[in-house]
Amino acid sequence: MTEILETDTALGRPIKRKEDARLLHGQTNWTDNIQLPGTVHMAILRSPYAHAKITNIDVSPALQRPNVVAAFSAKELGDLNGSIPCVWPVVDDIVMPAFPALATDKVRLVGDAVAVVLATDPDHAADALDAIVVDYEPLPAVVHMEDAIKGGTLVHDDAADNICYKYPFQSGQNYDEVKAKADVVVSRRFVNQRLIPAFMEPRAVVAAPMGMSEEITVWSATQIPHILRVLLALVTGVPENNLRVIAPDVGGGFGGKLQLYREEILAVQLARKMGRPIKWNETRSEDMVATHHGRDQIQDIEIAATKDGKILGLKVDLLADMGGYLQIITPGIPILGMFMYPAIYKMDAYDFHCTGVFTNKTPTDAYRGAGRPEATFAIERIVDELAAELNMEPMELRKKNWITHDEFPYTTVAGLTYDTGNYEAATAKAMEMFDYDGLRAEQEQRRASNDPVQLGIGISTFTEMCGLAPSRTLGALKYVAGGWEHATVRLLPTGKVEVVTGTSPHGQGHETAWSQIASSILGVPVEDIEVVHSDTGRAPYGMDTYGSRSLAVGGQAVKAASERLVEKARVIAAHQLECAPGDLEFVGGEFRVKGDPEKAQPLGAVAFEAFTAHNLPDGVEPTLSAEATIDPEDFSYPHGTHLAAMEVDTETGKVKLRKYVCVDDVGVQVNPMIVEGQVHGGLAQGIAQAMFEGASYDEDGQLQTASLADYLIPSAADLPSFDTDTTVTPSTTHPLGTKGVGEAGAIASTPAIMNGIIDALRPLGVTDVTMPAAPMTVWRAIQAAKQGGAA
Amino acid sequence: MIPLAFDYARPNSVDEAVAALTSAGDDAKIMAGGQSLMPVLRLRMAEPSLVVDCSRIDEMKGITDNGDSITIGAGETHHSVMNSPVVKEHLPLLAMATATVADPQIRHRGTLGGALAHADPAGDVPTAAAALDATFTIAGPAGRRDVAAKDFFVDYFTTAIGPDEVLVSITFPKLGSGWSAHYEKFNRTAQAWAIVGVAAAVKTEGGTITDARVALTNMGSTPIRATAVEEALKGANSMDAIAKAAESAADGTAPTTDIHADAEYRSHLARVLTKRAVASAAGLG
Repeated sequence: MTEILETDTALGRPIKRKEDARLLHGQTNWTDNIQLPGTVHMAILRSPYAHAKITNIDVSPALQRPNVVAAFSAKELGDLNGSIPCVWPVVDDIVMPAFPALATDKVRLVGDAVAVVLATDPDHAADALDAIVVDYEPLPAVVHMEDAIKGGTLVHDDAADNICYKYPFQSGQNYDEVKAKADVVVSRRFVNQRLIPAFMEPRAVVAAPMGMSEEITVWSATQIPHILRVLLALVTGVPENNLRVIAPDVGGGFGGKLQLYREEILAVQLARKMGRPIKWNETRSEDMVATHHGRDQIQDIEIAATKDGKILGLKVDLLADMGGYLQIITPGIPILGMFMYPAIYKMDAYDFHCTGVFTNKTPTDAYRGAGRPEATFAIERIVDELAAELNMEPMELRKKNWITHDEFPYTTVAGLTYDTGNYEAATAKAMEMFDYDGLRAEQEQRRASNDPVQLGIGISTFTEMCGLAPSRTLGALKYVAGGWEHATVRLLPTGKVEVVTGTSPHGQGHETAWSQIASSILGVPVEDIEVVHSDTGRAPYGMDTYGSRSLAVGGQAVKAASERLVEKARVIAAHQLECAPGDLEFVGGEFRVKGDPEKAQPLGAVAFEAFTAHNLPDGVEPTLSAEATIDPEDFSYPHGTHLAAMEVDTETGKVKLRKYVCVDDVGVQVNPMIVEGQVHGGLAQGIAQAMFEGASYDEDGQLQTASLADYLIPSAADLPSFDTDTTVTPSTTHPLGTKGVGEAGAIASTPAIMNGIIDALRPLGVTDVTMPAAPMTVWRAIQAAKQGGAA
Repeated sequence: MIPLAFDYARPNSVDEAVAALTSAGDDAKIMAGGQSLMPVLRLRMAEPSLVVDCSRIDEMKGITDNGDSITIGAGETHHSVMNSPVVKEHLPLLAMATATVADPQIRHRGTLGGALAHADPAGDVPTAAAALDATFTIAGPAGRRDVAAKDFFVDYFTTAIGPDEVLVSITFPKLGSGWSAHYEKFNRTAQAWAIVGVAAAVKTEGGTITDARVALTNMGSTPIRATAVEEALKGANSMDAIAKAAESAADGTAPTTDIHADAEYRSHLARVLTKRAVASAAGLG
């Protein structure tokens, strides 16, 4: 449990979330709850083939079906059929194919959209889909990246050998020269499997012409209303000033809703064409194939070290599966990871290469951690393999190579400057909570007695880059947008406060945390603060929520705007109290004359004065609000030590997570209860990658895990109670001292689990298990090792 | 997705149910708790013209102790079966297997008869019924008939119930004194179907197994009695003997291959889990 701090202000208190009452009581508006008069419902006909030419589409039979209003293929849609842009062209010669909202001549993945039906109710729209006639000429499916890059069948004719891009990066000394000096070189190939975000609320969109003006309002279950508005304007041609995008309460995203989806384009275009509201709500079956996926990399990684365990250099060569098209930041995901392979370790040389590959599968894009979990997995796994090769205790090897707390700020071989960190403190705390030595002793006993259930200890000492991001850095990486964040704080005449943020929560609890920040500065009770967000009409400026950026960047903006508001109010208060602004101190929500505390003016009284404007000082404008737009000077770098005790049943291959301890350092915590919740959820997702989840395709490119019966998401019954704690090493680059926590658990836990499984089985000769560590996979690895083959 | 349109009947008696089924030819589906039927309808894997909802037929309810057997109405929910004192005392194997079905919400809606009539070879309850030599009472236009478990399960999702018939109740003989049981379920997540399951009941006298029932879940198109294991267990009095008997658990089975397990792995699991189930039942596990 997180220690509960007694603080002078709301900052740092584990208060319950303001959002929860309406969410838990079903009192909120999800996008699917929005009912507008005259709405027509959209259903989408999707390709059953992974790869096929479309020779003919006839939508007209659908028009004969009851309640059907219209039906469209790309042909009928004509110029309205926009193309989804990719906004992260990571290299100049990247191949960026067209990605039409409705497929034109070819389908490139199962679930590719080929036609839409509009009907007055959703059920008849769905029913009418089977009346549409589509003639396909099936083509061989490109399923495996290693086959794809050999050429042959091409997903896109202009992408030779199905290669989207090649991205080289070298830093530090020459890797080959460093490697030549090494005593030990360990190479591994890891497969970081494809995952499906599987948020609880499926995607939904409503697009409506608003009648009285040219405005089209779009409600979407999205993480990125602001970015979506810009992209929709660019793609559809609707002037940006006529587009208002609202993300109502959104039920999870994990990066899967950091996207411009074809269904959003279609809804806007058809709303314009029909002059009626268009509504679409996906089924879970659609979600599994049509929401972007995550991960899916083949990672060749090599580490060079001295015989006494000093790491010298690292070489990484990735194949990254783009899928059938590029979504908005598909190519950039592995590049985000590029910076994190060296992780917390000091070394002299780093060599990175990534090949982006097209296949006939659902496009990949951001998924909780976005590139960083892949990197953390590979480095933490190979450090364990190096320890085994050197016959060293894996934690001792880490200690020998990590950046010590007195070496910060430290510029890594990848070129990032970590501002702060204390890996020693987090590790010491975690090892004590875990009873590390006791479990090692039990492990020895089980090994000695040949227990059919072996015990493994998995370690992950991770760091990540959060708080995306400095705009200049993003520009240097060829990302098309910036990474700043905006806040406006308004003092209302009655003394209540509106905090307007450009971040866009979808489960994180921003309304509570942002209120705590403003409350701590303004002295206004948390319950008197309303956080306005996720509506471009009410919160016009913002870069939304992803990459653990909202608190690290957006929280700073709330802090800065609140402080500016106090300074504006100070001038008015001084006028009222007939003193100089400098004679006032601001304590507990009121301005007091220094040395004469009887003379005081509460902030609420100043607000009313600013509203009536009857007696303002010369040159002071009525109303009281302040803005701040923050562009951080650097990323933030949370870190932590995660330890997993894994029991592996060697007879069946079944793996059990017995105990999980983590100590995270996410810097200053605005609300420790929210931090703990984020860690728990992240752990469940990262553990799920190791043990349960994995999107699987057959040779025809059919998704075999196309329902939640086959794509296994763990429930509380499958996981132990986590022992979480924190250390607090404030960020020095972010004024609140916060770092970000949204992705930490998901990034750190996957290698902890896998290292634990391998640690349990290493005496049997097992050196790797493919994720997810399903019982059959583990059992086969054991059998292969017994027969002397590589696992 | 939504189901295709269908007619809906909710009879109040078994006779009314049979009449409704007869009227629809072979194009009707019976709904009990709906936990298997609703997904099938929604995915349009079935498109019946009539759904006959048997959830309010009193004759299909109730748990009766007949002295040497127990009769359970087909419409009893899993929840009531697994919590019935009579079932727990006399049919612990059924109670244990039922307790592993899905999750509490499903167990409150899903029924014993529904799970048996659905006859999913990955289902837990059919395996218990096979192990316990249950008798199935089926009503149709010609009256009622009793079918033994070995004849009831015919193939994947196929039973001896005719298109115009309805399963009314299931009668389980009591095993009697000296018997103990265990259901061993192997799955990847807590609420998932069994990859393989083993229902075991053994009679022991002075530490030696004198009689045994072993049935397997998901090792073929129907629940399968591991008769070779049952024979081999007679006289077993140690873990080694049980393990040796369990070696033949996969004999004569025809398990499927899917993304979670192939046939070879299922066969291996059948042997390991049979050993464990029997050992647990015998108090050695």
